[in-house]
Amino acid sequence: MDFTFTDDQLLFRDSVREFFVNEVTPERIRTSWETETGRDPALWSQLAELGLTGMTVPERFGGLGMTELDFVLLAQECGYVALPEPLVHTALVAVPLLRDLGGELAAQWLPRIASGEAKVLIGLEQNLLVEDAHVADLLLLQRGESVIAATPDQVSLQHNESVDPSRRLFSVEVQGGAAEVATGAQAAALLTDALNRGALGCAAQALGLAQRMIDVSVKYTGERQQFGKPIGSFQAVKHHMANVAVRLEYAKAPTHRAAYAVAAGQEIASHAVSHAKLVACEAANLAAKNCHQVHGAMGYTWEVDLHIFMKKAWALANTWGDAGFHKQRIGDQIFTKGTALGAGATFA
Amino acid sequence: MDLSFTEQQQAFRAEVCSWLAAHVPTSPLQSFDTAEGFAQHRAWEAMLNKGRWGMVTWPQELGGRGCNLIEWLIFEEEYYKARAPLRVNQNGIFLLGPTLMEYGTTEQKARILPKMATGEEVWAQGWSEPNAGSDMAAIRSSAKLEGDKYIINGQKTWSTRAVWADWCFGMFRTDPQSSRHHGLTFILVPLRSPGITVRPIPQLDGLPGFAEIFFDNVEVDASNRLGDEGAGWSVAMATAGFERGLMLRSPARFQETARRLVDLYTANRESADRDPSIRDAVLRAYLDAESYCLTTYQTACRLNKGGKIGAESSTNKIFWSELDQAMHATAMSILGARAELLPHAPAALGVGTWLDGWLFSQSGPIYAGTNEVQRNIIAERMLGMPR
Repeated sequence: MDFTFTDDQLLFRDSVREFFVNEVTPERIRTSWETETGRDPALWSQLAELGLTGMTVPERFGGLGMTELDFVLLAQECGYVALPEPLVHTALVAVPLLRDLGGELAAQWLPRIASGEAKVLIGLEQNLLVEDAHVADLLLLQRGESVIAATPDQVSLQHNESVDPSRRLFSVEVQGGAAEVATGAQAAALLTDALNRGALGCAAQALGLAQRMIDVSVKYTGERQQFGKPIGSFQAVKHHMANVAVRLEYAKAPTHRAAYAVAAGQEIASHAVSHAKLVACEAANLAAKNCHQVHGAMGYTWEVDLHIFMKKAWALANTWGDAGFHKQRIGDQIFTKGTALGAGATFA
Repeated sequence: MDLSFTEQQQAFRAEVCSWLAAHVPTSPLQSFDTAEGFAQHRAWEAMLNKGRWGMVTWPQELGGRGCNLIEWLIFEEEYYKARAPLRVNQNGIFLLGPTLMEYGTTEQKARILPKMATGEEVWAQGWSEPNAGSDMAAIRSSAKLEGDKYIINGQKTWSTRAVWADWCFGMFRTDPQSSRHHGLTFILVPLRSPGITVRPIPQLDGLPGFAEIFFDNVEVDASNRLGDEGAGWSVAMATAGFERGLMLRSPARFQETARRLVDLYTANRESADRDPSIRDAVLRAYLDAESYCLTTYQTACRLNKGGKIGAESSTNKIFWSELDQAMHATAMSILGARAELLPHAPAALGVGTWLDGWLFSQSGPIYAGTNEVQRNIIAERMLGMPR
């Protein structure tokens, strides 16, 4: 039993955090909102140079050959800066799906993802729309019980604006010519895995978002003065923040366990992911609510950066399976007779 | 990261499980807040100690097994699964014991710990005073050193287990000129000393689970001082750290409550589902108990590797106390009209021990430092907000 990350994993996390905090600033995010694609090709190249786009790509395809567990701490950091680029989607969803599909598809696309030349995005029916379909070089889409691969010339896209200006969402109509790449039981297993990985990515980002909202609020309430002192010295304000810290503290281990279970292909993976997604997104939603409250009217403005993180948290809570979906998965299991629960059952 | 138990850990679990299966009393003991129940629980502590299961984290030479925190968690899981009796000496073994190991002299450890382990000496705590509750630094009870004895005067209150316990530990003001957390000394006091009056205080269940202790020129040998004179505050903070930290409330307790809650819900599903919030509350209770377990394992592994527990441990007490309250509130809702009935009432079918648990859960957000105090600590020390 060792529930800790290695020094290497923590060091890599630290160096990525430093890069993100310096490069993915709120100013840069706001600039990207004004561009046509909302995406920043220069930043994507930087991510590729750091090895991040190829982090989970097997070494024989030019990647670093790391796992979901290695990536989960980085996904938290993506959340911390509200990274608009589809890095979590790439490393946690697209790459593992291509890897599991194997064959020519994997050989053709994985090296190009690792080098930063190409983006592959995934569209599941569980998600109403497809994230970043407009910058995809290949789309892997669920169509009923199959998975199809479509190139940009085979689809027409309709943009759907999100409350989070960083999110670019599209309905995708396939015009024809797209190839079926998996069907039946194989497709069903791949789609479940993809959903779990997407939900894991949301959970990890939610942890980072919650931490960022705490940090900006601690700073703001330490500076803002009323009644002759910083509002952060008032108990009512402190307790709002402490409540967020408590929920966040207890959402971390479930998320790390989910990453472990996914990486190890454990049977418990779906259950662990639903648990993580529920508690991490709940923590981030509470952070959004309480951090907005302690910002007062400033939090209701476009100008203050809080909404960059708040809106992302709201969006992630209802994508890759909303709370209803994940609660149903948990409920179906724990309310079925014969399921082992209670002390000693957690790691069994 | 490796989230599987080693063969050694699995063997340890099997050993705990089979010993408990052979020794846990088949019918539940009476409450340890009754004279008879107290004696039963004391006897159980002796039995546990004989099997060397009383204090598994203690070193071998003190009757323990030198277990690390993971083995302790495994032990606790099996203990709660086996529905073994609550630990009547928890103030001693979980709070004072670890403090003694850190601050006690060799003589004190040899004199006190073995009798604590056998249950021969059961410990009460003496923190609060009528005017020193959340504001513990306002302690006024005094101890004056005369020769090799302290003369103690004053009053302690909310002293858990003090009615039948043999000893209490607490903080006393040894420097009359001092204020706040200066000039306090941590002293161990035999409760049978002349000059001590214990006045039982009935709790919500009507039983005297705590008491007031009055000290009237009580003489205590100076060898019962723990740590240096005037250093009581830092010794006490270590104890409070254990209390709020890992040792007092292991996840197993809450996971078993959550499991029983799931069972209660599924057994009463038809009536429970008339209130759609109940299913969600049960599901949340299950998830939170699991989160508490996972987080505790993660912390334990970090500590095993030499990490330190920090201000984030203040989140612990808020999390489990509010979870415990929420779980019991949900059980009360499921039981509906039966919820208010005492277990022996003729119509109290299937109510189990939920009412007792509900009453006890009311104390969780208050004892060991109110949750409001914990929230201040989190805001100031963990998040760095201004005082």
